[in-house]
Amino acid sequence: MPQIAQLAETWSSQVFWLLVFFGVTFFVIGKGMVPKVMDTVAQRDGQIAADLAAAKAARDAADEQEEAWRVKENENRAAAQAIVAKAKDDAAAKSATKLKAAQTRLDKKLAEAEARIAEARTAALTEVEAVAVEAAQDIVKTLAGVKVTKPVATKAVKEQMAHG
Amino acid sequence: MAAEQAKVDPMYQFTIQPLGGSEGWELAGYNIAFTNSAMWMLITTVALFAFMIGGMRRELVPGRWQMMVESFTGFIDNMLEANIGKAGRKYVPYVFSLFMFILFANLLGLLPLGVFGVHPFTFTSHFTVTGVLAIISFSIVLLVGFYKHGLHFFSLFVPEGTPLPMIPILAPIEFISFMVRPFSLGLRLFVAMMAGHVLLEVLSSFVIDGTNAGATFGLVVGLPAFLLMIGICALELLVAGIQAYVFALLTSLYINDAENLH
Repeated sequence: MPQIAQLAETWSSQVFWLLVFFGVTFFVIGKGMVPKVMDTVAQRDGQIAADLAAAKAARDAADEQEEAWRVKENENRAAAQAIVAKAKDDAAAKSATKLKAAQTRLDKKLAEAEARIAEARTAALTEVEAVAVEAAQDIVKTLAGVKVTKPVATKAVKEQMAHG
Repeated sequence: MAAEQAKVDPMYQFTIQPLGGSEGWELAGYNIAFTNSAMWMLITTVALFAFMIGGMRRELVPGRWQMMVESFTGFIDNMLEANIGKAGRKYVPYVFSLFMFILFANLLGLLPLGVFGVHPFTFTSHFTVTGVLAIISFSIVLLVGFYKHGLHFFSLFVPEGTPLPMIPILAPIEFISFMVRPFSLGLRLFVAMMAGHVLLEVLSSFVIDGTNAGATFGLVVGLPAFLLMIGICALELLVAGIQAYVFALLTSLYINDAENLH
């Protein structure tokens, strides 16, 4: 086993060169390069974290703006609805007034017309009576040779007409 | 028959040889020959450096290579955070170096470079190497423990809620288990790497000897051994990763003891 057989002659060289090369490894690679490599990793992690945070902030801001927009939108909608409702009410009130006025006019016209009709009918009836009275005088004179006075005839006619 | 026998020595692969006439190099009286072991430490360091260069582009949107490097650092970072907590971050450079150094050493040692006449050397199969790494980890645990908690760090040997009469019995057991840590840490890696390489070498000697002994032996012994080798190679790749992970994980667990004394 050379490890033991050569121990006496080689141990110092082994230890010396190991210390030299492991020392170089430790100071150049371990102390010099590893921290830089880890620094790069940390930098990248930091960058990723910062990017993620920025993205989150941007999303939050967007959410906030959307929320504000929504509130405003709701306000606008409510205002618009209020205006529409007011216009509707106004229009309804106006048309109700107009309708009322028109109704009044119509009622008035109707009443006038009815009055005219009633007048006309009364006039017509009076005429018919007069005609009937004359006719009745004439008929009686012709048939019975009796001269009937106008008041009597009128009375009879009225009686007959009331009977229908 | 003896002449035909292949000279496969499963242990030869662990032999350390000085390279380029450096066997005489000395530092303060100690021999510091630049051996094949040191060569593979150099190769491991360079390969790891080359691997890490790909992760240094520092792009915000990483490429594949950068992604790979970052997943390794992230892996160690997560492991330390899971085991130690926020305080574990400052140990990332050390545990990362440890994990990657062992991982690359294990994997490079498995490269089938023998095909090209170069023999990879797995220096993690030497307990001198794994022992030093274990001692470094253990020293960090001791330093952190005594620096953060002072002498109170000795309460590590008394598990929480131990009844008073049990302390004299439990404390020595805890102390022994604590002191065994660097040995188990170093030996585990050394044994796992050596065992795998020895097994591969033994199986390859079966293939060579079996085939040399004739077609029948070649089919009965050589072929199954060869198929087994392929499987063992895959297993060794897994072990290379697992042992590096275990070393780093246990180091982080031990540091946790020192960092967050119960």
